[in-house]
Amino acid sequence: MSVGLVLVAHSVRLADGTAELARQMAPDVVVGCAAGDVDGGLGTSLARVQDALEVALAETDGVVVLADLGSAMLTVESAFELDPELPARARLVSAPFVEGAVAAAVTAQQGAVLDSVAEAAEAAVRSIGPSPVMQLVEVEGADAADGPAVIATRASGEVVLTPGPPSSGGPDEVSETVTIPNPLGLHARPAAVVARAVAGLGVPVTIDGADATSVLQLMSLGTTAGDVVRVTARGAHAEAAVAVVVGLVQGGFGEA
Amino acid sequence: MSVLDVAWAERWMHVAATDVRAARDELTELDRRIGDGDHGVNLDRGLSAVVGRLDDPAQPVRETVGQVLRLAATTMMSTVGGAAGPLYGTAFLRASKVTDRAELGPTGVVALVEAALEGIVARGRATVGEKTMVDAWQPAAEAAERAEGAEHVVDVLRAAAAAASAGSASTVPLVATKGRASYLAERSAGTEDPGARSSAIILAAAVAAAEGSGG
Repeated sequence: MSVGLVLVAHSVRLADGTAELARQMAPDVVVGCAAGDVDGGLGTSLARVQDALEVALAETDGVVVLADLGSAMLTVESAFELDPELPARARLVSAPFVEGAVAAAVTAQQGAVLDSVAEAAEAAVRSIGPSPVMQLVEVEGADAADGPAVIATRASGEVVLTPGPPSSGGPDEVSETVTIPNPLGLHARPAAVVARAVAGLGVPVTIDGADATSVLQLMSLGTTAGDVVRVTARGAHAEAAVAVVVGLVQGGFGEA
Repeated sequence: MSVLDVAWAERWMHVAATDVRAARDELTELDRRIGDGDHGVNLDRGLSAVVGRLDDPAQPVRETVGQVLRLAATTMMSTVGGAAGPLYGTAFLRASKVTDRAELGPTGVVALVEAALEGIVARGRATVGEKTMVDAWQPAAEAAERAEGAEHVVDVLRAAAAAASAGSASTVPLVATKGRASYLAERSAGTEDPGARSSAIILAAAVAAAEGSGG
């Protein structure tokens, strides 16, 4: 099962730039663009959407379609209306255009099925929602002693360690801290490197509480050089998984 | 006349293209105030393309009203940018599905207008009072239903067109909550919705096309 993306945008440069970003993090995923009106100006074109869907579906088992503005969504729905067989293999998602495309592409790169790729795109709106700092404030405002163990989070660029039980995962949980070596930390490309590696391990891994298979969650940690992060894994191969991630971080993701 | 035929449907598209071209600057000005300013130009382009295909001898001859409307639908979906292309395209596509006959009586015209409204609502997910095309098409469909018993089929169209025109005028004080005009919030009040206005023009063209045949 391979899932591709079709990006429908009013601007050719918007679609091309978003596709570039998605392909950088998911080099094997088919990312098609349908951008601009019939004359190539700002707008959308049914013919361009139909062509992009046909090309992408010829190379994949299904495509997730993202649109930049309401009228672009209407154009995609028109294509579906004219070809009732399309909705079975093409899924129009309600997602932020850029973040949704990146999340969908990385999920598709991991070999996920159509529904999962669509869900990843739609979940992206939550990844860019309230910041982790705001969530911490809420946890601290509540009774932190009984609350979930917040291992670490960031406020004003500093690491904040919350006192409390080091973990609640029991004996099969393995945890290790590591220092971020590169200036930009877990930005887009390193986050994608880590997410791909962890997805391939099949072991649940978190970095400072963020799901290590989620590029967006890793990016939203906002790490920079010198930050100490905690890598945590559970299950049979937890120790190996932590070692792999720590190794990637210490190696500077190849760009330190 | 008691029925509307394929020639009427084709005349409707010709008159609509002419009337929209005449109103192009007005529509563009309305859209410039509360949208992206391309409605007049886009609709003119789309209806001109519809007429171009109707006049093209290479196109198959239309034998039902529905075939004319389907050609209009696919052409407008392809050539009208923005939200108007998908909305008008879906309206005419749904209308084409209930008019696959050589002639329409009053009941057929009611079905046409109802199906067009249904298509616009399905695509745009708007309701009356949100400053959209629905504010013209919903009263048009209701007026057509009330006029269904009319002796002359053109009276059903007249009722629909008059209601669409009044409905469009009613959008002036409304605050938009759908589409890009909704980003203007309160500032969208005071301007007639360009999509409702063009809807009224197109329904008036249906009347003119029927009157032109002596109906």
